[in-house]
Parts: sequence; structure tokens; C-alpha cells
Amino acid sequence: MRGLLLIFGVGLVIFFATWAYRVNYRTQEAIARVDSLHHQISTERETIAVLRAEWAYLNRPERLLALSEKHFSILRLMPLHPGHFDEISRVAYPEVVPDAAISEDPLLNMLIAAAIAEIQEESE
Amino acid sequence: MSRSPLRPIAKVLRAREDGVDPALIEAQAKAKRMRKQRTSERRRAESRLILLALTFVMGFGAVGWKMALLAASEPEEPRTTRITVQIINQRADIVDRNGIILATNLATTSLFAHPQDMVDPVAAADGLAQIFPDLDAEDLLRVFLSERKFVWIKRKLSPEQHQLVYDLGEPGLQFGPRELRLYPNGNLAAHILGGTSFGREGVHAAEVIGMAGVELMYDEFLRDPANAGAPLELSIDMSVQAAMRRVLRGGMAMMGAKGAAAVLMDVHTGQIIAMVSLPDFDPNHRPNPPVSGDPADSPLFNRAAQGKYELGSTFKIFTAAIAMEEGIATPTTMVNTAGPLRWGRFTIRDFHNYGARLSLMDVIVKSSNIGSANLAREFGAQAQQDMLRALGFFDKLAVELPEARRSKPLIPSNWSELSTMTIAYGHGLAATPLHLAAAYAMMTNGGLRIEPTLLKDATLPSEEDRVISQETSDILRDMLRQVVVRGTASLAEVEGYQVGGKTGTADKPNPQGGYYDDKVITTFAGVFPTSDPQYVLVVSLDEPVEDSGLEARRTAGWTAVPVAAEIIRRIAPLMGIRPEYYDDETNPAVTLTSN
Repeated sequence: MRGLLLIFGVGLVIFFATWAYRVNYRTQEAIARVDSLHHQISTERETIAVLRAEWAYLNRPERLLALSEKHFSILRLMPLHPGHFDEISRVAYPEVVPDAAISEDPLLNMLIAAAIAEIQEESE
Repeated sequence: MSRSPLRPIAKVLRAREDGVDPALIEAQAKAKRMRKQRTSERRRAESRLILLALTFVMGFGAVGWKMALLAASEPEEPRTTRITVQIINQRADIVDRNGIILATNLATTSLFAHPQDMVDPVAAADGLAQIFPDLDAEDLLRVFLSERKFVWIKRKLSPEQHQLVYDLGEPGLQFGPRELRLYPNGNLAAHILGGTSFGREGVHAAEVIGMAGVELMYDEFLRDPANAGAPLELSIDMSVQAAMRRVLRGGMAMMGAKGAAAVLMDVHTGQIIAMVSLPDFDPNHRPNPPVSGDPADSPLFNRAAQGKYELGSTFKIFTAAIAMEEGIATPTTMVNTAGPLRWGRFTIRDFHNYGARLSLMDVIVKSSNIGSANLAREFGAQAQQDMLRALGFFDKLAVELPEARRSKPLIPSNWSELSTMTIAYGHGLAATPLHLAAAYAMMTNGGLRIEPTLLKDATLPSEEDRVISQETSDILRDMLRQVVVRGTASLAEVEGYQVGGKTGTADKPNPQGGYYDDKVITTFAGVFPTSDPQYVLVVSLDEPVEDSGLEARRTAGWTAVPVAAEIIRRIAPLMGIRPEYYDDETNPAVTLTSN
């Protein structure tokens, strides 16, 4: 009985020693991985900085102006001037006949007709 | 093993036969038993002790072994809890008020040579001369064959150049990492940003230091790692700056001017939204300062913040302000404008003969020098000096540019009555366009003192900084509006934005004495929208000529004013100012608050 206990104890010691050894080496691997990730992060950050500078360069006003002039036939972009502003009430709404049935649901039609009537009252 | 019974019957029987006492036998057996028990107990106790001893030895031995290991190893910081270190550039970015990048750092390489390691110097020199057209093959060869151990070849390389030099395959040509300062927008905001160069240069890094402009002013802030890469936010709006530069450049070309300056300033806070000085330069390749000629002609010269000019009739509005604040006149008070006005041996004339008298309003609208001089005689030099000092004309600019260090206006050392009279219409005191913009902002924002600033800083002035009263400010707004409606600046009318402002045409001083006949500096100081002023625009042209008509015209109304009108037409929609249309009869833009 005592012999068995002894063997069991020795076995436990061996088990724990192995476990500690493995944990130790796993930790070292994890630390090395963290280091390499930090290195990768710094490289990525440098790349981001380069890309931001490139984006700012591609978006500079002279280039955008030259591009808008080059593709004028498609874009037709002109400088903003005061005549481009107006009141929203002057935007024409499409003509809607209130009795027209829009859907098959009579309740929905009633609600839509009521909404249209309200909008037309407000705009007058 | 043979068992010995407790009561050895055989032995007892034999003992009885032999006549020996059987109790002795029993005692012997018992003694034997006791002995055996004691031995086994002792053995057990001994083995327990040994086991215990072994355990302790193992325990202490492990501790001792670990201590020995620690004593023998190198000390190292615990690395399992490392905080994420942000990789910050050497120099922070500069951005505009909307976050658009104006200046940033870029990682590149530098090129240097170790002539002692070179394998084929001739091929290297030829290859480099081919890649870099500004390098001479013979000079390079001479350097490569010399005794020098280290030679800089190029301080900044593009990635393509890096690849081409690498492909030469010369071990004596080596690269080092370097950060370079990039201004993606080219000439835009050149005077504001300034430029940088390299300070201490090493193989692995080089110090980027500011040389002028905001880069120099905030050099410490930009290099400070404690800011964690936070950018420097300027008050400049880049799209407005781009539009203003484009229009100003076109106007300068059309008028044949040799220089131009424009400043757009927020009336309530003094923030500079855009500032352009032409001619300008590319801060990526900052030119060397000039060694000959007039420094004011160099592209490095900031005409808006450094150039001191007599600003002409734009000063008349300050005269009107002083007159109203001193209580000697209201907009309808009639002022003597009978000319020419003689004082000693000096004569003051108006551009046209405006009759014997004009109202104060018309003195400004028609721009009468004689009227202004007469008003100045009434309120005197002290009142004029006090007002101009409050408006900032006696100090250098507070703007964050090192070039503004020497921008203190030129004031007469002897402020005689004649000086008072001439300064009333803007001759005799030389100040920068930025001074003028700040002063006009103070006049039209309700009368509160502001200082020009390039930082995105929205602190509003309070009642303690009052320069003129609210009523005077409103009346001045109306006067400036009338100048555009029916006065000298009628070309400044931009539909929807009720522009108001004052023109100024000043003859350029001749270095040999006196003034030029045909060279002028024209200025227009405008404010918009006058119904609720938000921005001040000052445009100044150097030697413009408007010659589309039969005769050449040089006054501000024909030169600076149309350029300013086009600038406002272009940038006011960009800044989201909604055009408002007023009818002078039923719904005027500005109503007079006092009569």
C-alpha cells in the first residue's frame, strides 16, 4: 500500500514537471509571437502613413480640377455660384390624382389619399 | 518463514521433560518477540525520517537550484505584460480646419557611399549620373577614387530611384532610412506652411526641422512625442485657399500686376480662413533666399503678413469711426470738402471736385480726402492715435508666423497735425494687409477687439475687448454697403451676398524720393454679407493696370474690386453661405439704427 502511494506520488511529480516544462516553452513561444506581431503592426502603420500621403496627393485641388476639366463632357462640373441656391418650396411636386387606386388595399388607398391632401394643403 | 507460536507447546513439553522451568521458555520467547518488534518499529521510524529528510532536501534543493539559475542568468524585464507602443512619426502632421492633410511625413531612404568598399567605381559613377540628371559623373568618380570613407550622395530618394540604384549592384552604395516632409498640395498655403530641411543627419535617421512659417513657429510642438502624433490644426480651409489662389492668380495676370495678396478672415474670432501671397513657391523645394535685389520681390516674401504698404483710402472708415465715437459727427453731418485744402506748403486734393460740402456718409462713399482731413483736424492726433492703437496698428501682428516678427507698422516719429490729416486718408502710415483685415473685422463684428490667428481656435471676444460701440459698428456696416451700392466699389456687387467695402489706391513711394506717377498699390477691404457680417476679405494688388478700355485705369475700383468680387462669388457658395436677396425699398439689407 505504501509502495503504491509512493509510486503514485512519484508519478504525480513527473506529471507536474512535464506540465511546467510545456507551459514554460509555450509562454516563450507566445512572447516571440507578440514581438513579431508588434513588428508587423509597425510596418503596417508605416504603410498606412504612406497611403495617407498618397491619398492626399491624389486629392490635391489642381489634380481634381484638371481631371474635371479633362472629363468635362461626362461630368459637366462648373464652379458653384450664388444662382445654384434656391428655396425647396419651389421644387415642383409631381401631379397626383387623389382618386386613383394605388394598391388593392382600400384602407391603404384611403391613408395615401389623406396624406396627399395634407401635403397639398401645406404647400398652398 | 517459520511461524513461532505464542505459546510454544513443544518447547514447554520438552522443558518439562528436561526439568527446566517452562516460564523461562515463555519469557525467552516473549523477549525474542519484543526484540523483533522493536527492530521493525525502529526500521519503520528510520525510513519515515529518511523519507521526510528526502522531501525537505528536495524542496530546499529545488529552491537552491532556482536561485543558482537566477544568479547566473542575465536580468530581463518581465515581457508578458507589454503595453502596445504606438509607432509615432518623428514629426506630427499639419491639417486644415476640416482635417485635410497639408503637411505629412513619408518614410524614404537616403543614399550614401563607402568608397573603400566599391567594386567598380567607374560603373557606379556612370550609373548614378544616368539615374540622377543633376549629378555629374566626373565629380562622382573623383569622390569615389578619393580617400574619403563616407560620402552623402542623395538625401532623399523616391522608391523608383531606390530600385534603380539597387539594381546597379554596387556594394559601396548603401541606403539608410529617412523621413521626408511632404506637402501634397504643392504651392497652396506655401507662405503659411513655410518649409522644412534636415538638421542633424545620420545614417539611420535625420532630424527634420522647420525653416519658416508654421513649421518653424510650432517646431517644438510638431516634434514633441508626448502629443502622441496629434496633428496641428490650422484655421485654413483648403478648398477656399485653392479657389482664392486661382482667382487671384488670374486677376494678377489680367491686370499685369507684379504681386498680389489676399486675406479672408472670420469677423468674430479673427481666424484666417485663407491667405494668399503671390508670387509663391513650392514648399517641397523651398528656394534659397535672394542675395540681391529687393527682398520684397522674392517669392519667399509674404506680402500679406510682411509687406508694409500705405493702404490709402481704406483708412477713411477709421476716421469716420473716430468722428462718430468722439461725438463730432453723425452720418448726415455735413463736412467741409471745399478744395484744394492747403496746410503750410502742402496741398490736399480730391480725385474729383465734390463741391463745398458732403455728408459724412458721402465722404466715405465718394472717398473724399479733404473731408477726411477736415474731420481729423477736429478730433485731433490723440484721438486718432488712441483708436489706431486699439485697432492694432501700433504693434506687430499677433499671427503665428515668424515672418510677422518685423511687421510693426511704420508710424511717423513726429505726429504733427499734417500727419494726422494725411493718415486720416491713409497716407503716412504703412501697415500690412493683415493689419487692415483685423481692423476691418473689429469695425464690423460689433466693435470687439480680435487678433488674427492661424489656429483653429474659436474663442470669442467679450465685452471687455470693446473698441467701438455697437451703434457705430452698425453705421459703419451701412456706410461700407453704400460704397458698393453707389460709390467707388460698385463692381464689388455679388448677387445675394450684400458685399460692402472700401477701396484704396495709394501711389508707390519712389526709393529716390517722392512717389511714382504711374505705379500704385490698390486695395479693397470688403465685408460680407453686410446684413450679418461673417467674413472680411482684403485684396491688394501691386502695380496693376486695367487696360481693356481706351485708357489705362489704375484705381482700385477697376483693379482690386473686380478681383475681390470674383473671389467672393467663388468662395461664398463653397463656405455654405446662403445668398439672401434684399430689396432696397421694402426690405433693405442694412437699416440705419440712428439718424
